[in-house]
Amino acid sequence: MTPPAARLLHPGAWWLWALSLAYAAMRTTNPVLLVTIAAVAGLVVAARRVRAPWARAFGMLLRLGLLAIVITVLLQVVVGFRTHGHVLFRLPSVPLPHWTAGLSLGGPVTAESLLNAFDAGLRLAVLITCFGAANSLAHPARLVRILPAALYEVGVAVVVAMTFVPQLAEATVRVRMAQRLRGRPLTGLRGVRGLVVPVLEESLERAIRLAASMDSRGYGRRADQPVWMRRVTGGLVLLGLGGAIAGAYQVIDASSDHRRGVAVLVVGTAVAVAGAMLAGRRVSRTRYRPDPWGWPEWFVVACGLAAATSYRGFVHDPVNAGLPLAWPALPALPFLATLVAALPAFVTPAVPATSHPRPGFA
Amino acid sequence: MIDFDAVSVTYPEAAAPVLRDVTLHVPDGELCLVIGGTGTGKSTLLGTVNGLVPHFTGGTLAGTVTVEGRTTRQHPPRDLADIVGVVGQDPRASFVTDTVTDELAYTMESLALPQDVMRRRVEDTLDLLGLDELRERPLSTLSGGQAQRVAIGAVLTAHPRVLVLDEPTSALDPAAAEEVLAAIQRLVHDLGMTVLMAEHRLERVIQYADSVIWLPGEGRAVEHGTPAEIMACSPVVPPVVDLARLAGWSPAPLSVRDARRAAAELRERLPGTPVPLARPDVGALVARADRLTVRYDGLVALNAVDLTVHSGEIVAVMGRNGSGKSTLFNALAGLVRPARGTARLAGDADPRQLRPQQLVRHVGLVPQQPGDLLCAETVAAECSTADRESAVDTGTAAALLGQIAGEVDPGRHPRDLSEGQRLALALAVVLAGAPPLVLLDEPTRGLDYAAKARLVDALRSLAAEGHAIMLATHDVELAAELSQRTVVLAAGEVVADGPSREVVTHSPVFAPQVAKVLAPLPYLTVSDVRRTQAVAP
Repeated sequence: MTPPAARLLHPGAWWLWALSLAYAAMRTTNPVLLVTIAAVAGLVVAARRVRAPWARAFGMLLRLGLLAIVITVLLQVVVGFRTHGHVLFRLPSVPLPHWTAGLSLGGPVTAESLLNAFDAGLRLAVLITCFGAANSLAHPARLVRILPAALYEVGVAVVVAMTFVPQLAEATVRVRMAQRLRGRPLTGLRGVRGLVVPVLEESLERAIRLAASMDSRGYGRRADQPVWMRRVTGGLVLLGLGGAIAGAYQVIDASSDHRRGVAVLVVGTAVAVAGAMLAGRRVSRTRYRPDPWGWPEWFVVACGLAAATSYRGFVHDPVNAGLPLAWPALPALPFLATLVAALPAFVTPAVPATSHPRPGFA
Repeated sequence: MIDFDAVSVTYPEAAAPVLRDVTLHVPDGELCLVIGGTGTGKSTLLGTVNGLVPHFTGGTLAGTVTVEGRTTRQHPPRDLADIVGVVGQDPRASFVTDTVTDELAYTMESLALPQDVMRRRVEDTLDLLGLDELRERPLSTLSGGQAQRVAIGAVLTAHPRVLVLDEPTSALDPAAAEEVLAAIQRLVHDLGMTVLMAEHRLERVIQYADSVIWLPGEGRAVEHGTPAEIMACSPVVPPVVDLARLAGWSPAPLSVRDARRAAAELRERLPGTPVPLARPDVGALVARADRLTVRYDGLVALNAVDLTVHSGEIVAVMGRNGSGKSTLFNALAGLVRPARGTARLAGDADPRQLRPQQLVRHVGLVPQQPGDLLCAETVAAECSTADRESAVDTGTAAALLGQIAGEVDPGRHPRDLSEGQRLALALAVVLAGAPPLVLLDEPTRGLDYAAKARLVDALRSLAAEGHAIMLATHDVELAAELSQRTVVLAAGEVVADGPSREVVTHSPVFAPQVAKVLAPLPYLTVSDVRRTQAVAP
């Protein structure tokens, strides 16, 4: 069999895949599984990321994830629910009013509570990793092209907000170089200020220039439609999306009724789609060369869903994660299913080769 | 095609209107050039054509702008997208998608054109602008000239009747600028498109223009006339016109070709060698590169570069976009690690080993976006921070700023300064530490002739004080005026290194206009001719 021709996969496939991994991460507090999920995401990104500067944001988001772990653990040490168990050390304790039931400031810090906080932080870090993976594998701008016409304008706004992250990464590298040139320390309050101010200013200016360009290129042209019609369609889309989100939350949250969640999710989505189709008539837009959806896309989605379904039956209990203090078990099925999610790194078509962008001031 | 009727624009909190009572008419199919110093309202004038001013920028517009029967009063920019295409100063900031063909299709998608029409027009535009080889490339990997052509193509696919271009060649090397101008020429000649274009570098464009709009600024009335009429009275002129004024040719030729025919007598009259400008003596070694090689992700950006720079020298570094000029500077400033070879500064210091506070005493680099260096809220705060960080007397940076840029309001925010003033501020901040080596990456982007002249004076006096100056530039006129030595880079290698007079006169791409007019005589600039005539009339 000849290897498939190099092409970029449908962005929807990669985002569904990343979403599946994120769902899996939401369902577990097992640190071994969480690390496996992050490793799988990292492996696929390494193999199939787009050769473009925004893909470099993955590294930055990884660091953000690590920061999330550190912050969660630190917060737990200072303020947190005190669980019983192996006391590691004691902090001077400050009594809190009774309505903060369960919370305490200072006091004994147990190994269990630290592990619990670490698991929670790790989960957050893995979620961020999944988002970073999706961002590196398919630029969010490509995702917008597959949105229904009604959501197009909202979608573009979201994308512009999302591209903020990778552009921030680029600008940060450049400004750090510039700060070094001024003989500035790169750490400490002054270092951070010297970094943050120029980066934010540039991002704002960039956003304004982009908006001007989009406006002068016809973004937001629309066909005439009566006011009541616009209100009805807007209401339908909002109501439907709200329902879909509520349903999705119930599906993820193990403590609520699963079947009702699925029902709300389906109905909500249907209402939103109906509204979107009605509203779609208002926005006159066409699409140039839609992305194809072939077997590699099905494969990527299937791998993601395989991992997600294997986590479905998992008991998800963030409060008691890390209790009792023991080495986490390794459930075979979800572990193997997570490994399946790494297959796209080897089986999907390669990313087309392009010349590399240069770092630095160029 | 484009009608301005008594148009005035006032921005909020501005004391005086930027444009006052402008009435003019640009007929169909004309290439119209907009000229004027920085801050005279060129970008504002261009912005009014599709309504970005005031719909987007704010401010008040009095009077009427009409484009092919549609007034900007009734139509916001998006409703004019099918008749006016606008390309901004920085093409990269205008990109909405991420590959070339998608970008070309974006405007058509907004206009809801059917798919088969889009396919056809994308192919046509790829051919028209010579972009075929780039079709699937991510936009972020394009060179400056390519990005500019894609940005033009992206608005062309909508088949607008009017194309508005704000400084389309200011960031480009001479060859890429030719490429873009040739594409614009084709649009005017073959498609009969009306083009309204602002440009600082008149020497590149004046010969192609059918008419010129001159914004004199300071509240004086806008002039609109043929290039010859405007060039007769404008203070901003290309070197050929300057030479014509010196030699007394009337009417002034606008192209090198016309000037060459007029210059036969001048070539006879001038001595064989120009009187050289007094240059400071070349002193101690301040920078040395030995077999310097830099790679990015396997791509060779610099390949075995050998170079020495001495104090008092002004060295121009030229070459295409992406030929390694910025990388050379970054390596000398210790921002990138050499893959092989070494970069050393004065006292044999390795820039990678120096701590930031020591680095500022060895080398100062003003990057392409000088704003990156600035982070304070006011000019005064920026200067005092620089004094403190370079551990020099209070007021050093402010004094330098005054010397380079003249009077600058110390209470203003650096972002609100003009391009030239911001560059001057970055330069002052860098020079506060008195580094023996000063590196300037593209210092003339967005500078008008007056600001450029001030920069030339400032850099000359720095060199006289014993600083070594290296400037990477596409501006052949500036390089000729300023440098006594030119280094040409191509694909990361040094292809020429020698006295500017020899290097630039031997290259058709890097030769300034006066050199082309007076060849084979080795004169580079109007000031060469002026100086020689003053000494030996």
